[in-house]
Amino acid sequence: MAVTTAFGATEATPTRRRPKPIGALGFGRIVGRLLLIGVLAALAIIVLYPILWMALSSLKSNSEILSSPFGWPAELDLSSYGRAFAGGVGEYFLNSVIVTVASVIATTLLSAWAAYGLTRVTIPFSKPILYIIIGGLMLAPTVAVIPLVKLLQGWGIYDTYWALIILYTAFRIPFTTFLIRSYMIDLPIEVDEAAVLDGARSSQIFWRIVLPMSAPIITSAVILQVLFAWNEYLFALIFIGSDSLKTLPVGLATLSSRAVTDFPSVFAGMTIAAVPMIALFFLCQKYFIRGLSDGIGK
Amino acid sequence: MSEGVIVGQENRLELTRASSTAGARERTGGASPRIRRRRPRWSGLVWVLPGLVVLFLFVYYPLVLNFGYSFQQSNIFTGEQTFVGADNYVKLAGDPIFWRALGNNVLYAGISIVFQVFLALVLAAIIESLRSHRWRAVLRSVYFIPSAMSLTVIGLLFTFIYQPDGGLLNGVLGALGLDSLQQAWLGDPKTAMTAIIMMSQWQGFGYSALLFAVAIQRIPQEIYEAAALDGIGPFRRIFSITIPLVREMTALMMIVTLSGAFQVFNEVMVTTGGGPDNSTQVLGTWLYRSGFVKNDFGYAAAIAVVMFVITLALAIAQVVYANRRRV
Repeated sequence: MAVTTAFGATEATPTRRRPKPIGALGFGRIVGRLLLIGVLAALAIIVLYPILWMALSSLKSNSEILSSPFGWPAELDLSSYGRAFAGGVGEYFLNSVIVTVASVIATTLLSAWAAYGLTRVTIPFSKPILYIIIGGLMLAPTVAVIPLVKLLQGWGIYDTYWALIILYTAFRIPFTTFLIRSYMIDLPIEVDEAAVLDGARSSQIFWRIVLPMSAPIITSAVILQVLFAWNEYLFALIFIGSDSLKTLPVGLATLSSRAVTDFPSVFAGMTIAAVPMIALFFLCQKYFIRGLSDGIGK
Repeated sequence: MSEGVIVGQENRLELTRASSTAGARERTGGASPRIRRRRPRWSGLVWVLPGLVVLFLFVYYPLVLNFGYSFQQSNIFTGEQTFVGADNYVKLAGDPIFWRALGNNVLYAGISIVFQVFLALVLAAIIESLRSHRWRAVLRSVYFIPSAMSLTVIGLLFTFIYQPDGGLLNGVLGALGLDSLQQAWLGDPKTAMTAIIMMSQWQGFGYSALLFAVAIQRIPQEIYEAAALDGIGPFRRIFSITIPLVREMTALMMIVTLSGAFQVFNEVMVTTGGGPDNSTQVLGTWLYRSGFVKNDFGYAAAIAVVMFVITLALAIAQVVYANRRRV
């Protein structure tokens, strides 16, 4: 499908046929076409310019941001990035990486296990179990936040990496299981059966056969979980108190409230937080879109 | 669809239906003795148990506790909890800021439906009707970029954009000679909420447009070819074919968008925190403020219950709709 092709890559020409314009285009159609191009281009500028402005502002001086908000920076000054790191962005970045990586591994494994159990193994109560897992999709994180404060404190994981890792995992198991299950259910069961005849146990079938065959949807699930964990704010705001454990979203908000006199370093921090996800989107667009459309469209 | 104990069979059926080659049919069809309903194995629960335990401990258990909290007055410092019955709900009903927050969520939902459902659909239909493959891919990607960025980054960015002095928006208005429209966008209770909602649309419309684009691509090309033979122009092609044929996705996106609008938190928290003068308060930020700033956990839990009821109703609507669609 066209949309699954990576941005910029040469696309396989599909058999999409369009009516050929007969003879010269009418005046009305030319105007319509120009209008259309104008609207699409204007939208693209509205989307792109603020992002470009953010990146450019990180290269300006504080007074330059206020005096010439539009133009290019007078000189290429990267010092704001140094000041952003000095202000803690490096630490926040590392915290985000730790929490994201750990929760991605946990979510993907637990969800793939559950999806395997629900699709490839005949288990008792599989239908209620499926409903319980997918039912979690309906619950907004906000609704559980108040009791979680006391629970996490009681369990001694409040204000630790574990708080975020476990919550990011728990709240994303429903979606990720749903996503992986809808893929595994379409994989031919014959392969499993052949493996059983060869004496394989179900754990071997999972690791050696079903998981590798599910690689495309696992990739989608991983990417969507990365996006979620990297950008999450509510839990990170409430369950992390120490400055040294803050993730990028909360850390940036802290940085901006402190650095009222150093706007460029805030812009630098924002750029540092945004660039990895934009890059990930462009690199893995195919899996991104697949995950999104399977998750919401099925 | 049958699920559960006969999952294995369901798969086989799927395969039989899907396979068109004779070879595949030979392998799956016929009176193969291997196709037999297997008895469920308790040991298989090992696969789903870890996920279920995590889900119960950190999602369902707190949810149940939250109901209990909403009938209590609790003190976070002493850990003291007193049962106060429906007091928190009575207080909620008489709290003008709660109603204002709810109203803001409704406004959020209304504007989001316009932008992220209707305009995104029209935009996706236009993009997909473009002739150039490359431009279609480029536009889809460009519009999606903000959705990959964290809301904190976007919130901070728009705080700068909306700044009265040196802010991008007032600068653009000035350059266009529209000085009279210049505002302290986030500082004025009259414009702050709209400003936040528009920021949210800026972030979200590309995401919806992308999903609509995927749905549009599933429309069989023959329909367009037949329409072309009948001499149907591009405008009617979009409004008479494309948009009606993706109405399932439209309904789904409507529910998803509504549900998102009632869960809004980050957008407001990063930009105004609910101010000025509580004009941008939404349920999420009012819950946060009540619970974590004023330490009124019982009251915050009651707000959470209201949010739960609204989002659950929307989720049930989604499930009912999805099931009806399947038949």
